[in-house]
Amino acid sequence: MKKNILILVVLTLLIVASCSLAPQQPSAPAPASGGGEAAGGSLSGDAAAIAQERSLSPDDITAALKTYLPTGVHDDYVIFASGGHSGQMLVIGVPSMRLLKLIAVFTPEPWQGWGYGAGNEVLDQGNVNGREVRWADTHHPALSETEVDYDGQFVFINDKANARVAVVDLRDFETKQIVKNPVAIMDHGGTMVTPNTEYIIEGGQYAAPLGWEYAPLSDYNDSYRGHVTFWKFDRDKGRIDQDNSFSIELPPYWQDLCDSGKLVSEGWIFCNSFNAERATGGVEKGEPPFEAGASQGDTDYMHIFDLNKAVATFKAGKTMDINDFPVISLQTAIDEGILYLTPEPKSPHGVDVTPDGNFLVVSGKLDPHVTVYSFDKIMSTIKAGQWDTDDYGVPVLALDDVKEASVEVGLGPLHSQFDNQGYAYTSLFLDSAVARWTLGGDFADKHPEEPWQLVSKISVHYNIGHLLTAEGDTVSPDGKYMVAMNKWAIDRFANVGPLLPQNFQLIDIDNTGENMQLLYDMPIGIGEPHYAQMIKYDKLSPWEVYPEIGWDPQEQAVSPNVVQQGEEKVVRNGNEVEVFMTAVRSHFSPEHVEIKEGDHVTWHITNVERAYDATHGFSIPAYNINLSLEPGEHITFEFDADQPGVFSYYCTEFCSALHLEMTGYLVIEPDGSSAMLDQ
Amino acid sequence: MIMMTSDKLQQIIGPRAPAEELAARRMRYMWPTLCMVGAAILIIISIFMPYWSLILHAPQYPKGLTVYAYVNHMEGDVAEIDGLNHYIGMRPLNEAAKFEKAISIFSIIALALLVLAAVFIHSPWSTLLTLPAVFLPPVFLADLFYWLNNFGQNLDPHAALSNAVKPFTPTILGEGIIGQFKTVAYADVGLLMASTASILILVGLYLQRRAYKPLVEQMNQPNQKETSSEQESANDE
Repeated sequence: MKKNILILVVLTLLIVASCSLAPQQPSAPAPASGGGEAAGGSLSGDAAAIAQERSLSPDDITAALKTYLPTGVHDDYVIFASGGHSGQMLVIGVPSMRLLKLIAVFTPEPWQGWGYGAGNEVLDQGNVNGREVRWADTHHPALSETEVDYDGQFVFINDKANARVAVVDLRDFETKQIVKNPVAIMDHGGTMVTPNTEYIIEGGQYAAPLGWEYAPLSDYNDSYRGHVTFWKFDRDKGRIDQDNSFSIELPPYWQDLCDSGKLVSEGWIFCNSFNAERATGGVEKGEPPFEAGASQGDTDYMHIFDLNKAVATFKAGKTMDINDFPVISLQTAIDEGILYLTPEPKSPHGVDVTPDGNFLVVSGKLDPHVTVYSFDKIMSTIKAGQWDTDDYGVPVLALDDVKEASVEVGLGPLHSQFDNQGYAYTSLFLDSAVARWTLGGDFADKHPEEPWQLVSKISVHYNIGHLLTAEGDTVSPDGKYMVAMNKWAIDRFANVGPLLPQNFQLIDIDNTGENMQLLYDMPIGIGEPHYAQMIKYDKLSPWEVYPEIGWDPQEQAVSPNVVQQGEEKVVRNGNEVEVFMTAVRSHFSPEHVEIKEGDHVTWHITNVERAYDATHGFSIPAYNINLSLEPGEHITFEFDADQPGVFSYYCTEFCSALHLEMTGYLVIEPDGSSAMLDQ
Repeated sequence: MIMMTSDKLQQIIGPRAPAEELAARRMRYMWPTLCMVGAAILIIISIFMPYWSLILHAPQYPKGLTVYAYVNHMEGDVAEIDGLNHYIGMRPLNEAAKFEKAISIFSIIALALLVLAAVFIHSPWSTLLTLPAVFLPPVFLADLFYWLNNFGQNLDPHAALSNAVKPFTPTILGEGIIGQFKTVAYADVGLLMASTASILILVGLYLQRRAYKPLVEQMNQPNQKETSSEQESANDE
């Protein structure tokens, strides 16, 4: 009898244990990606009917299949693109070509609260001589690199109009710093990075007296100068270290774009230029206009910098101060062997170093060739001391001594990028095409064709500027995709009035030879993007939410003013009022803030949420305040309560079912004395 | 009087197996010990494992929200679940079972020590020492049910969604539905270990009784002289 009871208890426990092994996720949604039957063979009846109804060719269908992403599936690559005049940066997925985000950089942007209570200090760093400059002509983003490969940590971008450089942290995709170049009013040849992001390169463009000074145009040759600036990057702090940065004074040749040497050519920097003629324009005075004057000569000058010598010279203090910024003078650069020139045909736009660092590709936009320079030949020519000098005494290496090859690619060649199959791709502005051509040297084994020859062209629509390939300026390009960044769209999209969007065209470059396929057109309707870079998505590791509650994105640390739930309060000290507020679905706390006209208000607000995507907005009407508070984020902002009245602050992100109820009253009582005066 | 107490104590502690008997049939006396020690170890380890877990599935939480209940604390998306619960007026999860959580570690270690003590008690009294540990899993579940029910039934009537979500009793094991959430509750590793320990204890008790019952009867009837082996074979039937 006892035995039977014992067995019964054992059985019962076994049943309990097995019940508790219930499936843990019986209703988990099926993963959206892959797993299904491989699509193969011919189109099914439905698909064929759709293709016929929409007049899709077999090429259209393959293009669609190569770019379509089912819901929930992520892109393989991410593009960081200049936002052009918007002053911002675009984040785009490849191959879907979907706009993922616009990162506020130089220009206020209400969705992110940028300039409306958040990021105001960063925007102020970009003030020019105390003047608020709140737009920018963003040109060339540069991803941070480790051993000449994108590391996914930071991205930099320059503002051509005002010679500024911004630092964006890719942990939260937010701008952390803007530096204004003290030497030059404007720039162009930035940003590019050295192999381990030791320096961010910012080259100049239109020559002017350095230090934002005045000089008449008649003094052009003597007083106008170009520059290249090397911003030291402090990776640990995630900031440009302005105290360890410097510039080099250059002849007034209108330097244009730069690239850093890599591997064998590490430590050397190359910049092209396009007005070695030193034309000064004046079409209204009967002088040749710039477009003609700057195009008279058959060649301009590629600039070759020995960065190691430049850094040594800077560290030795052999610099002059311009606006308290160290500048290596042109004469010092010559004397120390920092700067060399070599001719390049003709009015080129860009110089690009091949993935192995052995060759430099320059495209003279008024010459149908790309000219390829050998780094080895440049070095041996410099070592042999074979050079002439220009009017300023800068050594000029003979083109024949340093040239490796030239390849006729088509009309209006501009920029070049590379793939993993030994091909280079050059944008052809006048042809509205991209040329694929073969590299020589160690690349010759990678492709079936002869080295240094044109392989094929693909038409793009229209007037291409820059182009980019997947990780195409690193030591290990991925190939696969190329994007043509077209200036004109003309008939590619529905007409939306005379100001047309730009056209980013995705092109499949995975096959060798003549097979390149146009896949997708993406309209860009916010500015004229210039350059962009494409990084493998899995190299990025951004935060899902801020690491801790009370995170100050500017410091990348918990703010000393963090407000925890239960610690909300309003503190008055004279007419200084401090508000300590939390935001959580679906209320702000406190919901009443009662102050007086004339108070100076410092408002601390913490989003205490930890859930992915639980962002709250916070706006105060009439006071030009709107914040985006991502989960965990803390923001402190200030304002003068100079307008009495009743203001409903509210959440501007639809955060929850009770989002509309997420509001509160800011009640500003009129100043007693002014009320007296009114009577 | 002292003699009597001593006798009583002797009865509770039970007989020791004679040396020659131990040498001859070592495993017969070893198995109960192994079962009890194994159970005690499982119980101790279970302190560091979640006993019960709850996954909430809703469209806007593709990865689900999970709360792991340990004997003395909770982990997982507790803050988020509390945040959601405030809409229906449920109190924060950490306010539940404060007393139980406070004494849990101490109590469970005590349970395990009692099981270890039972190794040395060869009389039926050993059953009494191990019973608390045997009933740990059902007691845990009962207490969990009490608190789930208490929290589910006592919702703040002034909460935002109190019209939409009426007081309810959450599902303790298996699937349930609250608002847009599908809930899946299951016993987790800690509770499975404690349950396994319970089974081990019962098996150990059975083996212990099988081994020592003849000796106990021998002790109680010292005049009868029967071979233990005969006694045992009778017992086994």
